Amino acid sequence: MSIGIIAAGIAVLTGIGAGVGIGIATGKASEAIARQPEAAGKINSALLMGCALAEGTAIFGFITALLIIFVG
Amino acid sequence: MEAFKETLVSELGNETAFTIPVLGGIPVAESVVVTWIVMAVWMVLALVLTRNLSVRRPGKAQLALETAVSFLNGFVKDNLGKHWRPFAPYLGTVALYIGLSNIIGIFGLTPPTKDISVTAALAVMSMLLIYGAQFRYNGLLGGMKKFAEPMPLLVPINLMEVIIRPLALCMRLFGNVLGAFIIMEMIKLLVPAVVPAVLSIYFDLFDGLIQMVVFVFLTTLFTGEGIKEEE
Repeated sequence: MSIGIIAAGIAVLTGIGAGVGIGIATGKASEAIARQPEAAGKINSALLMGCALAEGTAIFGFITALLIIFVG
Repeated sequence: MEAFKETLVSELGNETAFTIPVLGGIPVAESVVVTWIVMAVWMVLALVLTRNLSVRRPGKAQLALETAVSFLNGFVKDNLGKHWRPFAPYLGTVALYIGLSNIIGIFGLTPPTKDISVTAALAVMSMLLIYGAQFRYNGLLGGMKKFAEPMPLLVPINLMEVIIRPLALCMRLFGNVLGAFIIMEMIKLLVPAVVPAVLSIYFDLFDGLIQMVVFVFLTTLFTGEGIKEEE
């Protein structure tokens, strides 16, 4: 069981990638809005889409960890 | 810790609300019952809010509704191009259903989107919408050709996306709702008073609505990819 817990912890490390990715995307989006405030709508929708896709990896890691803890 | 794990496991399972006593018993899951409640709420709201509509003297409710509907129509039109009309009602319905399902936890009911079968069904419907639209508006041959875009080298990746897109949609919605639910349970275990109420605004309300927007937005975007014409 303790090995399983360590495995779940490693699986959740996918969150690092998603966090860094969403951070960079949001930073760039703020920069873009500061340069061109009139394009804020389009930038926001592109940001939302990118964040959703980047977040997907973290969610997969999270579900893997849950499967390891509760099923495996 | 062990007791917490026990409660979490029992919460994770999908409970059967009742069994229909025909054909040896058909189990009806809790998510189905809560879905009925969600449907009833929206139907009653739709009937009540659309009474006494008038062209000359619109009331406040009518103005709010018209703003919402034209916002949805504009959004779908921007993303789908000229064949937007048949898609707007479906996307709006999915948005209303997922939105209320995600925030219904506030009223003490189990969110139906915590059941992976519900999100899987929604994702399969999205997949049928995306690829159905692609073949409906491009013809059989044109729809096949869309898989070879932007270049023929990418055909295997585009075919893999047929499975990956609904899988990712399903897992994203399910994982987010479940993750928020587990974190809320942990916080309730640590600090039973005040703090859960504050965090519930973020985890139940904000996160649920964001996930609703993301699901509908991604479905619209993928559909638009298949049918939109380049200007």
